[in-house]
Amino acid sequence: MRTELVAIGASLGGLEALQRILPALPEGFSPAITIVQHRHARITQGVDLAHLLARNCRLPVAEPWDKEPIEAGHVYLAPANYHLIVERGQLALSVDAPVMHSRPSVDVLFESVADAYGATGLAVVLTGASEDGALGARAIKAAGGQIWVQDPNTAAAPVAPRAAMARTDVDAVLSLEEIGQRLAVLDARKAARPAPRRNRPRSKTGNPV
Amino acid sequence: MADTATRHQLEALEIQLLLTGVAERYGFDFRGYAPGSLTRRIRAAVAREGVSSISALQERVLRDPGCLGRLVETVSVHTTSMFRDPEFYRVLRQEAVPMLRTYPFARIWVAGCATGEEVYSLAIVLHEAEILERCRIYATDISDAALERARRGVFPLSDVDTHALAYRAAGGAGDFANHIVTDSKSAIFCQPLRQQVVFSQHNLVCDGPFNEFQLVLCRNVGIYFDKELRRRVLELIYGSLCKFGLLGLGMRESLRYTFLADAFQELPGNVRLYRRIR
Repeated sequence: MRTELVAIGASLGGLEALQRILPALPEGFSPAITIVQHRHARITQGVDLAHLLARNCRLPVAEPWDKEPIEAGHVYLAPANYHLIVERGQLALSVDAPVMHSRPSVDVLFESVADAYGATGLAVVLTGASEDGALGARAIKAAGGQIWVQDPNTAAAPVAPRAAMARTDVDAVLSLEEIGQRLAVLDARKAARPAPRRNRPRSKTGNPV
Repeated sequence: MADTATRHQLEALEIQLLLTGVAERYGFDFRGYAPGSLTRRIRAAVAREGVSSISALQERVLRDPGCLGRLVETVSVHTTSMFRDPEFYRVLRQEAVPMLRTYPFARIWVAGCATGEEVYSLAIVLHEAEILERCRIYATDISDAALERARRGVFPLSDVDTHALAYRAAGGAGDFANHIVTDSKSAIFCQPLRQQVVFSQHNLVCDGPFNEFQLVLCRNVGIYFDKELRRRVLELIYGSLCKFGLLGLGMRESLRYTFLADAFQELPGNVRLYRRIR
């Protein structure tokens, strides 16, 4: 099943990890990407995290407005002190209580992706010091979607990827480089176009590898 | 996979039935609430009540007003904090205070005040600007329990430091401790702050306008409504705001793509503070 929406969860060490993944995404990348990076409530109008991540990314990166429509190939970063919720075709924000002391919370994002995108959702669990994201990953898996985790051995903080692996059967355990490479070939539009005449490698399921 | 789709459809149906039941029996209409956060909250209510399904929750809610009360709490109250988004209050000091000062008597509405943190933050700003006595703050919410807590104006002593930090970040030049009275366990906001505030129940979904205001704060409330309901609430607020009155929304809410985009001008400061110009 093609991926329509990617949800990435990151905590401790996440900034560096994201800065190694986002540059791998090609122009014209089709799935939308939502990101929860654990962050503190802003005390002052300080670092613009979205701006930082946009620097080496070919896709537009921004914090969404409440009820902003989800556009193909856009990267949406959960704003500080809000939960990011995905609805079908639209993003929503909430100020419900922190989950595992975090707002934004990865579980909140992932659970909403499971509800709204089901089998066309892909969750990626990156480095993190808490288990936030593990239950959400399980929900996405139960809804037919996919889970990739950053290899805990390569993670600045292995707790989050390990917790996801403990809660559910993940589809892949990858280095950051591998995550970037695999995302880059995930392009839904490419998958929908008819294959060129030369033989393209296919997996047992018949899907392009 | 078809199984998951069926489960989701069933859940959506149960939610619709629950909300219809609650609206018809009790008059609380949550049908226009944003689906993502509403679903989360209803699931939380099911877990909290210890029932086996949303249908089972409906059965209990329709018969037990106590259960309804708890559901209203779960579905409607948002959590907030003192001087949430401190830069908002800095801009309020710069932009709203001078405007309010021009009125011999100003009315302010905090719509969806929850447990009152925003109200007391506002009152502190106005008090330090020495205009609080000429203001009347109407703080409303759908939840009686939240209003009760807000009225009391009490918080744990252990929160004082956090609040003082937020106060300072929000441009407070004095001492946060001057605005509270403490005992060994708690702190309470001073009488001069509390006496200019009226807390009352008001339901943005179905109640009408009740006054005209120079300033309306409705921050992070509209995020819980779907587009249609949010439109109706914005209409209500617009109708309650005097010309050149100010409206404050949450940091990630915007009037830009709404029908009110041309009726308001955003003030400098990038904090979603708008002036009604039409």
